[in-house]
Amino acid sequence: MTLQTELLFDPLFLTPFLTGLPYALLLPLLGAYLRLKDEWLAALALAQTAAAGALVVLALAWPPAVGGLLGALVAAAGKHGAEGLAPALRGAAYALLLLFGWGVAVLLVANLPVAERLGHALLDGQLYFTGTAELLTALAVLAVAILGVAFLSRALLTAHFFPDHFRARGRSASRAHLLFDLLVAAALGFATMSVGVMAAFALVFVPPFLAFHRAGSWRRGLVYAMGCGLGGYVAAFALALLLDQPFGAVLSLVLAALALLGVLRASAGRSGA
Amino acid sequence: MSGAQAPSLAPDAVLGGGALLRGDALVAGYDRPVVGPVSFTVAAGEVVGMAGPNGCGKSTLLRALVGAARLFGGRLERAPGLAVSIQNQQQPPLDGVPLTGRELLALTGASPSGLPPWLEHRLDERLDRLSGGQRQYLSLWASLGSDAALVILDEPTNNLDPAGVAHLAEALRTQAAAGRAFLVVSHDADFLACACQRRVAVVPRTGDGA
Repeated sequence: MTLQTELLFDPLFLTPFLTGLPYALLLPLLGAYLRLKDEWLAALALAQTAAAGALVVLALAWPPAVGGLLGALVAAAGKHGAEGLAPALRGAAYALLLLFGWGVAVLLVANLPVAERLGHALLDGQLYFTGTAELLTALAVLAVAILGVAFLSRALLTAHFFPDHFRARGRSASRAHLLFDLLVAAALGFATMSVGVMAAFALVFVPPFLAFHRAGSWRRGLVYAMGCGLGGYVAAFALALLLDQPFGAVLSLVLAALALLGVLRASAGRSGA
Repeated sequence: MSGAQAPSLAPDAVLGGGALLRGDALVAGYDRPVVGPVSFTVAAGEVVGMAGPNGCGKSTLLRALVGAARLFGGRLERAPGLAVSIQNQQQPPLDGVPLTGRELLALTGASPSGLPPWLEHRLDERLDRLSGGQRQYLSLWASLGSDAALVILDEPTNNLDPAGVAHLAEALRTQAAAGRAFLVVSHDADFLACACQRRVAVVPRTGDGA
């Protein structure tokens, strides 16, 4: 393993770096609401199903991003349909969705030569193949999703902390939940195409996990999560380039290490108190 | 009390006799009837208590009033355009969620003004770092401070100390005087006697055909 410091400043890697930045900010933001709703496992199922969708449409010679988006939206529809189930059954539904997406993706990679390269990119998280189109898509997804979260945040929080609030007024929170699910599906569908399955999931899961432990308020928690996602992403991008390793795996390890440090720090704080 | 607010969402009209909500021989439950028949009316400016032994279905009846449980019989009338707020006995888990008391109140548009002094200075702390009684009071205050013309409270004195119970009773009386209506279920007879103008007895349903 050799350090390739000159790659850090290679213009070739600037566009991939910029492409990942919006997702590094956005996925932790969405992850905070998914964590609140105890639906973080659904994010992994959506990312995996997006990857499967991208590989399926590759066989039809369609653009993978279309398949990724369709796969995530189909998974979101399944997730929304499972919302009437008991919490334990909902978790099982997400797990089954995840297994289904993973199984389809691996079989396509194994049996379809055209899917092999994209399949490895999605599973390894090879951000370096992204270009200007992906960058513009990422910026548009970030803008739409930030506006969407700003619009839906109060309804999502109110529905969580006052479950009968909307019903008591003859209204329903299901429209807000559905819009949020569509937002998450679209963001994860596009993000998975750029950063890969596990990197997208790591950005959804770890920063909010740390933020919920550390932040003093909801607003500060969102900022903390986005900062954590951004810091982890920049560190992982540099490390992956320097060490010539797959980006998705490095990002997952960097964020997992951050989570471990956060847990150890919290444990030390409790035992010292 | 400075935090007492008149409801900003008054109903478009009231029912006969000035009632906002009227239940006539209501029978409620989930899979099967568990409570009723119960009859009552609540008018603007009234605090109506519901009392009965544990397990007689008081909470189920309240949830049926907002459509969260099923009505098997009777007639429920609601003033057109009536905005209702309900405070359930079971609260969603707050542990591990970085939400402050001030942020919780903001969700229903409640003002912190008028909160008891022992809560005012803790508004910017995370809810999961407060005591059960402090969380309960903030959650109640969020309902009391909403724009609803009718507030339904299920066992509001749970976890509250005597100072909290007294503050709550005073808040209900003051807000009722400003025109808001309350329907309150409680096992605390002293609280109901202190806070309510009228009481309705809820008795356990005996036998399936009762």
